[in-house]
Amino acid sequence: MSYAGKQVRVGVDIGGTFTDVAMEIGTELHSTKVLTNYTAPEQAILDGLQRVAKQAGIETGDIDLVIHGTTLATNVLIERRGAKTAFLTTRGFRDVIEMRTENRFEQYDLNIVLPAPLIARDSRYVVAGRIGASGRELAPLDEAAVARFACDVAAKGYESIAVGFVHSYVNPAHEERAREIIAEHAPDLSVSISSEVSPQMREFERFNTVCANAFVKPLIASYLNRLVVRLAEIGAGCPVYMIHSGGGLISVDTAASFPVRLLESGPAGGAIYAADVAARHGLRQILSYDMGGTTAKICLVEDFTPKTARTFEVARTYRFKKGSGMPISIPVIEMVEIGAGGGSLAHVDGMRQIRVGPESAGSEPGPACYGRGGDKPAVTDADLVLGKLDPDNFAGGDIKLTTQSSVDALLAQVGQKLGMNAEKAAVGVVEVVDESMAAAARVHAVENGKELGDFTMIAYGGAAPLHANRLCEKLGINALLIPPGAGVGSAIGFLRAPFGYEAVRGAYMKLSQYNAEWVDEVLGGLEAESVRVARDGAGDVPLEIERKAYMRYVGQGWEISVVLPNDGLGVDGASQLRGLFEAEYIRLFGNPLEGLDVEVMNWSVKAASRVAAVTRVDPVAKAGTAPVKQTRQIFDAKEVGYLAASVINRSDMSPGIAVSGPAAIVERETTTIVTAAYEAILQSDGCLLIQKKGAMA
Amino acid sequence: MSNDFIDVHFQIMWNRLISVVEEQALTLVRTAFSTSVREAGDLSAGVFDSSGKMLAQAVTGTPGHVNAMAAAVGNFIEVLGEGNIHEGDVYITNDPWKGTGHLLDFTFVTPSFREGRLVGYFACTAHVVDVGGRGFGPDANEVYEEGIFIPIMKFAARGKLNRDLINILRHNVREADQVIGDLHSLAACNHIGHLRLMEMMTEFELESLDALRDFIFENSRAATLEKLAALPAGSYSNDMTVDGYDKPVHMKVRLDVSAKGVHADFDGTSGQSALGINVPLIYTLAYCGYGLKCALAPEIPNNHASLEPFTVSAPEGCILNALHPAPVAVRHVLGHFIPDTVLGAVSQFLPDVAPAEGASALWNIQISARPIEGAQAAPGERLQSSEILMFNSGGSGARPTLDGLNATAFPSGVHAMSVEATEQTGPITVWRKEFREGSGGAGRLRGGLGQVVEIKANEGHEFWIKAMFDRVENPARGRQGGLCGAAGTVGLDDGTKMRPKGRQKVPADRTLVLELPGGGGFGNPSERPEADIRRDVTLGYISPEQAKKDYET
Repeated sequence: MSYAGKQVRVGVDIGGTFTDVAMEIGTELHSTKVLTNYTAPEQAILDGLQRVAKQAGIETGDIDLVIHGTTLATNVLIERRGAKTAFLTTRGFRDVIEMRTENRFEQYDLNIVLPAPLIARDSRYVVAGRIGASGRELAPLDEAAVARFACDVAAKGYESIAVGFVHSYVNPAHEERAREIIAEHAPDLSVSISSEVSPQMREFERFNTVCANAFVKPLIASYLNRLVVRLAEIGAGCPVYMIHSGGGLISVDTAASFPVRLLESGPAGGAIYAADVAARHGLRQILSYDMGGTTAKICLVEDFTPKTARTFEVARTYRFKKGSGMPISIPVIEMVEIGAGGGSLAHVDGMRQIRVGPESAGSEPGPACYGRGGDKPAVTDADLVLGKLDPDNFAGGDIKLTTQSSVDALLAQVGQKLGMNAEKAAVGVVEVVDESMAAAARVHAVENGKELGDFTMIAYGGAAPLHANRLCEKLGINALLIPPGAGVGSAIGFLRAPFGYEAVRGAYMKLSQYNAEWVDEVLGGLEAESVRVARDGAGDVPLEIERKAYMRYVGQGWEISVVLPNDGLGVDGASQLRGLFEAEYIRLFGNPLEGLDVEVMNWSVKAASRVAAVTRVDPVAKAGTAPVKQTRQIFDAKEVGYLAASVINRSDMSPGIAVSGPAAIVERETTTIVTAAYEAILQSDGCLLIQKKGAMA
Repeated sequence: MSNDFIDVHFQIMWNRLISVVEEQALTLVRTAFSTSVREAGDLSAGVFDSSGKMLAQAVTGTPGHVNAMAAAVGNFIEVLGEGNIHEGDVYITNDPWKGTGHLLDFTFVTPSFREGRLVGYFACTAHVVDVGGRGFGPDANEVYEEGIFIPIMKFAARGKLNRDLINILRHNVREADQVIGDLHSLAACNHIGHLRLMEMMTEFELESLDALRDFIFENSRAATLEKLAALPAGSYSNDMTVDGYDKPVHMKVRLDVSAKGVHADFDGTSGQSALGINVPLIYTLAYCGYGLKCALAPEIPNNHASLEPFTVSAPEGCILNALHPAPVAVRHVLGHFIPDTVLGAVSQFLPDVAPAEGASALWNIQISARPIEGAQAAPGERLQSSEILMFNSGGSGARPTLDGLNATAFPSGVHAMSVEATEQTGPITVWRKEFREGSGGAGRLRGGLGQVVEIKANEGHEFWIKAMFDRVENPARGRQGGLCGAAGTVGLDDGTKMRPKGRQKVPADRTLVLELPGGGGFGNPSERPEADIRRDVTLGYISPEQAKKDYET
């Protein structure tokens, strides 16, 4: 274990196309990308580990720690490849997960198709027994019926069971009893209960969450077991931890019991990566921007902490439209994801407007310029035509790009329909995709009551550095950081994550009926749970505790989260809570309202180990200008025309060296475009700091 | 800027304008108190040019406000007078005939000034918690009984709040704090829109919206007319009968389709009702426009130019053009049937587009729960009086290529609420809310299933409902040989039947049982693929016996 006295830590991110491996030996970083292996995901990890170990000149046995995040659970849901799962629920509520919100997420489409429920109706069973809103038992659980159910589903070859009863977040007794009975009669079946997976109010979201957990559990559990065994086989018998959607680390055992917590763990790593860069540079307000092949993700990071939420939606089926996916109610790093990546395809709609995505060219056939048979223009094609990419030096020269194919595709699909030449069509495509990302960022900021003008953007992912500077122009952002290793940002982020877990529970209380004892009991229970799970990985290290209440005026529908004071709520807890709530309400909406009671809907407690203190990086003064050996014509959207841009190799720059826009700074995985209005200076930690000319300190 | 890039530039600005109004709508959803706004999206938001023509409208929201709000801003300018419009003003009304059809909807309009010059208007509409009177129900005989009526006036003048108006409102509505909260939320929503517009105009260096307006209108008009030109010109009629309050209502439409536009005339429709199911013309226009746009030009964003080719007329005093002081509180019931009526006419020239009839009108349940005198609450609970509003949807009609949607709202854009959340707001228990098996009309494509809802008061309580349910006597009809969906039923668990409309009591020891209608089928049932019938039986959408009967399998 360890190498030359230095800790060897590895982050592994399995994504849709690539499996990224980032190895840190002390402060030295090695990384690689291998293609994801769908049938045996662990194989890609082993291949990548061995490759990167060789690169670093160490043995796999020297590895001290592996931290793993994956989109596997997400993909199992999207592709519906999970276990044969039955759902047991309260009589009268068989169709909750199929009735959804009784709403159409697209108003004008007569041929709308709603997403199919995860568990089909013939696999949904009901049983008598009812808990009321206050937690009181209104009808006893029909235990004999639960036993019959268990025997029946075992005989029918089901592998996994989800149990979700109405109001179980207040009183889990019936769910817990049902689990006991099932274990007695069908001991081989894996059982997930909603009061444990997601004890939050709102049956559609909670039931769907427990169904998703049960659905992916056997597959993920078996994958994780194989991974640990095979890592040991190649000598890497070190501890393995998983990163969860909320951005903390949990043990493999916890992950195997609550695999729904692994959803979106890759993007969570990206947000942590951005948070770490932010901490190094002392930047308290960050817009994290990740753009890959098929989607772009945008997340707010304030005070070095990514913004979190209690629910999110996965597997959207209709152009990433809100409401067209499955709601999952677990703590998650909050981000907006839109169908805009380098591979997103452009077309012209019935309104003669250019539209981009969400359909993507993927890696096969890829954008037209890859010359692999793609004849539709992707964002990458437009970038190429506008000079942002060098056709002879893409992916370090591994993929040769054909500009003529991009021109042809842009003309055929966009230009000829709108009477534009290829350049103008390319401008249209890039501006549309940049505008849609900017719009997503703006809405996200507004939803959180933020003005983006004071934020710094941190961009990573293969396509982000090409678009980030223009996005800054659109959002009025004056500073942008492109960190080193941006191509494997999420995997690096895993190495910066704390051990931590957030427990959330629906527990209703009006402030006018504040009950200090009851609040202590709720928060105490949540704290015990989150500490237990965090200790599972973190051992005895000190934990930081954060408590939150989710509140609103009685009668409203949307809750505001408020962080509670560390020394607890005293006897005047009600007025403290009201004060905290109103301060946040004023920040978001301007004025508090008179004469209205406030209600708490949910409570949460997060326990997390302290993150290692980062070494602060001081801004580097400009020490010189990079010599310009080459220029090329690059389109500048703000100047509305092609400009002669400097082309610089990032590896030729040293700290303090500046490059004035318009410029393209080239590295193996990506190219950073600096627009005419901005200037880049390389920082001592390898980040490119791009600032608006004249706005520099 | 070079002319070459102007088109792309305008497209970008148009998209931005749409996101400005979406943001405006979101603010409203987040801060509103009324259940139908925050849970169900019963709202709309839009931006207008300086003459009051709509440039863009949020897609968040329900179709009842489409067109209605588009026309409303012109009414404000006309009533107030152009010389009376100043920076810092905010205007208000809940006039059903100049707003969106009933007193519960308030429309706010705010002029947007840039450097002292009027550049446009923002408007938004939302359903508020209460307006006094009898409350939300169909039982009034005149609009005077339905609550307070605020004609078009200033809510704020040059930044100064109209405190007299607020004071009057405060003394005329229930839950006054929440209602005032809703009004402030409407004003804030327009203000957010204004701020975003100013940012946009700064970024794009615009002094006015005129050029952008011309671009939006020209493109929208051209795209809409292109769609209409492809239709076979002619006149197409349809009629449909629904339950009404005390007697059936006959709805009749004639569509005159030409390359210039589509005009819908409702001559032949029943006269006004003595009770609150009447519809002001502005609301008829809204749902008629929605039905036509869904079928004929769904992708074109709503604005003055894209809506202009769709026009509506109805004889004065008919139930779809009810005149003041007719009661109009539950105008949504008949309003929701207008798309079915219109789509029936559309099916004559676009047989592969129009779906079969559906349950269509929402089955909203307004519940007033009260403690029984001298009763005890269950241990750990307390006696309470509560007003509870629940949304429930029946099945939608089968489409030409797809089955109908089970328990999904159409044409309304609302969401249902969580049962757990509903039970936290009042002393009732929902014992059942699930699909109503066998209720979808048979056909090559099956109609959507309705649902069954069962509600009982908690210990120590009883409740009243304000019923506003339809399709109990007149089920949704199938199309092209498809059969009718099941009719709705309203009653108690002991078999007692209840009236589908009006205020009624549910005794403490009884359970209210609502069976919501299913959607009509499309095409001959004998043409339904075997595999689809088998799947329906496996999933329990229909029973084996019904499969035999309906499909002769």
